[in-house]
Amino acid sequence: MAADVRPLLQVEDLKIQFRVPDGILPAVDGIGYRLDRGETLGLVGESGSGKSVSSLALLRLLESPPAEIRSGRVLFQGRDLLQVPEREISDLRGRSISMIFQEPMTSLNPVMTVGFQIDEALMRHFGWPRREARQRSLELLTLVGIPSPQRNIDSYPHELSGGMRQRVMIALALSCEPKILVADEPTTALDVTIQAQILELMVGLQEKFGTSILLITHDLAVIAETAHRVAVMYAGRIVEAAPVATIFGEPRHPYTQGLLNSIPRIHRERLDALAEIAGGVPDLTRLPPGCAFAPRCPRADAHCRRERPEPMTVGSDHVVSCWKASDA
Amino acid sequence: MPEALLETRGLKTHFALRAGIFSHVVGKVHAVDGVDLKVRAGEALALVGESGCGKTTIGKTILKLIEPTEGQIWFEGEDITRYSARQMAPLRRKMQIIFQDPFSSLNPRLRVGDILGAPFEIHGVAAGSEKTDRVARLLRLVGLMPEAMRRYPHEFSGGQRQRIGIARALALDPKLIIGDEPVSALDVSIQAQIINLLKRIQAELGLTYILISHNLSVVSHVSDVVAVMYLGQVVETAPRDALYFDAKHPYTEALLSAVPLPEPGRRRKRILLKGDVPSPVRPPGGCRFHPRCAKAMPHCATQVPTLKPVGERHLVACHLHHG
Repeated sequence: MAADVRPLLQVEDLKIQFRVPDGILPAVDGIGYRLDRGETLGLVGESGSGKSVSSLALLRLLESPPAEIRSGRVLFQGRDLLQVPEREISDLRGRSISMIFQEPMTSLNPVMTVGFQIDEALMRHFGWPRREARQRSLELLTLVGIPSPQRNIDSYPHELSGGMRQRVMIALALSCEPKILVADEPTTALDVTIQAQILELMVGLQEKFGTSILLITHDLAVIAETAHRVAVMYAGRIVEAAPVATIFGEPRHPYTQGLLNSIPRIHRERLDALAEIAGGVPDLTRLPPGCAFAPRCPRADAHCRRERPEPMTVGSDHVVSCWKASDA
Repeated sequence: MPEALLETRGLKTHFALRAGIFSHVVGKVHAVDGVDLKVRAGEALALVGESGCGKTTIGKTILKLIEPTEGQIWFEGEDITRYSARQMAPLRRKMQIIFQDPFSSLNPRLRVGDILGAPFEIHGVAAGSEKTDRVARLLRLVGLMPEAMRRYPHEFSGGQRQRIGIARALALDPKLIIGDEPVSALDVSIQAQIINLLKRIQAELGLTYILISHNLSVVSHVSDVVAVMYLGQVVETAPRDALYFDAKHPYTEALLSAVPLPEPGRRRKRILLKGDVPSPVRPPGGCRFHPRCAKAMPHCATQVPTLKPVGERHLVACHLHHG
C-alpha cells in the first residue's frame, strides 16, 4: 500500500465570525495550517487570538448561532470535515480526532465513575461487550499513570485530584485510538509539578502511538518543550508559523519577538526591567484597517496601518505575515 | 541588622472542617502551620508554592482578614496579632492588597474616580478638588491618563484594570503591599508591563512587597527574597539568586526543574515528583514532603525538620542539610 502523502490535517482559509451586540466579531480570519503524522503543532496566542475557536471548528463543536463559519476547508486525510453530514461527524469525534480541555471536571460526567465513562466510549466505538471494554479501560488507566487503577476505576471524578482527572481525560481521549489529539490548554489549571507530569505523559504517549497533537496554549514555554512546529496567532490570524527552533531562535514577526523578549526567565540574572509590548490586546470588533498588530508594533509605518500583510515565506517552512519581515 | 517591617512568628491558621447536618467539627485544615517570615523595609518577598500550600491564607492572615490560630504578627515593631478592628483601622492605611482578578475586584457600578477617591474619603484625607487632584496623580503614577476617572471599570482592558487596582492600593501611601497573584490573570504580553510597573513604583515610593504566586517565573525578576511553601510551612527561604541558582530543598529543586523554559532543545534533567500534594487535613508526619521526596531517609518520616541556616539569609528545613 502506498503511503498517504497528503498531510493528516490541512486547514485552509478558515473564517469564523460571531454575531455580538456590538456587531460582527471576526474571531478567526482566514487561517491555514497543516498537521503532519506524529507531530505536535503548537497553536499559541493570547485571549481573543482565535486559537480555541479555530480548533473547536475542526470537530464542528461551535454553536451556531452565534458562531458562523464563513469559509474554509478542514481536510482530514483529504476529506473536508466541514462538509461531513452531522451523523457521521459524531463517529469521527473520538475515533479520528479527540479533544482534551483545560478543566477536566467540566468535561467528565460527575455522576458516573471514570471507568464507566471509558467503558461506554469503547463499547460505542468498537461494539465491545462491557467485560472486554472494562479490561481495556483498566489498561488505559494504567497507561496514563493512575495509581492503583483497580481501585480508582470505580472512582467518581470529584474523588480525584486535578492532575488525576486530566490523566483520566487523556485516557478517555485516547481510548478510541484517534489520529489527532486536540489539547486546549491541557495543563493551564494544574500546578507546575503536575503540569510537568502531564506534558511528559503526552510526549510519551505520542511516541508510543504516533498520535498527532494540536496543542493550544498561551504558554510559550510549554510550546518550547513539546511542539515540533508552532503557529503564533494574533487577533484571529496566524502571524508567524515555523519549526519550533526557528520560532524561538529566529522569530521574524515583531509580535513573536516581543512575546519572547517579555517572558520572565528563572535561569537568568534578575533584570531591572523586562521588555514590554506596548498597549493591550485588541478589540476584535474594532480592528484597524491595516495590520492588527500595528498599533502596538515598534516598527509599524503608514503602510502597515493602511494595508494588511498577507503570509509570505521567508525561509524553510517559515511563514510570516508582516511587511517588515523581509527587511533585515 | 535592619529592622523587619513585618514579621510572623510561628504563625498558624487552621480552619475547622465540618460535616453532617449539625456541622460537627470533624477535623481541621492546617492551612498555615507554623510560619516564620521576616520582610525588611523596602524589600520584595516572593511567597511561592502550589495550590493548597497556604500562601494565600498567610497573606490574608497578615492583613488580619482571617484571625490567626496561633503565633504572632509584628508590624513596625508592634505585635498586632490580637489587635481589634478599631486598633487595626489606622494600620489598614499602611497595609494594602492587590488581587489576582482585576475583573471582580473593582465595583462595576462606580466610576474609576469614585473607586480611587473612596480611600481618601473613608480616611478623611482629602475631599473636593484636592481629592480629584490626588486621584489624577495616582492614575498618572500607574501609567493611565487622568481622564480615566470618568469611566467605568468595564471600559478598561485587564491590564488597565490591574493598574487601577494598584492605584487604589497606593492611595493612602502604604508601606506594605501584598500582591496575591497580581499578574496571573493577565495575558502574557501584559504581564511584563505590570511586573515593570510594580518594580518602578516600589523604587519610587520605597514600598515593601509580599508577592504571592504559584509561578516561579513571574516573581523571578521582582523578588529580593523568596520563600517556598509546602503544605502550610516554609521549606526554604533565600535571597533571589541563591534560591534560583542554588536551591537546597528537594521540593524547591523539583519545583524549579518543573518550570518549563521558553528555549526548545534546552531540556533539563527534570525531577518528576510522584503523586499529588497530600491533604492539609492530615499532613504526613515527620517532614511533610517525605512521601514524595526522592531523597527521603528513614528518619524523615518521623522527625520534623526545622528551618536552619545554610548560607547568608538562606534557611532550609531538610534533614539532608543538617547532620
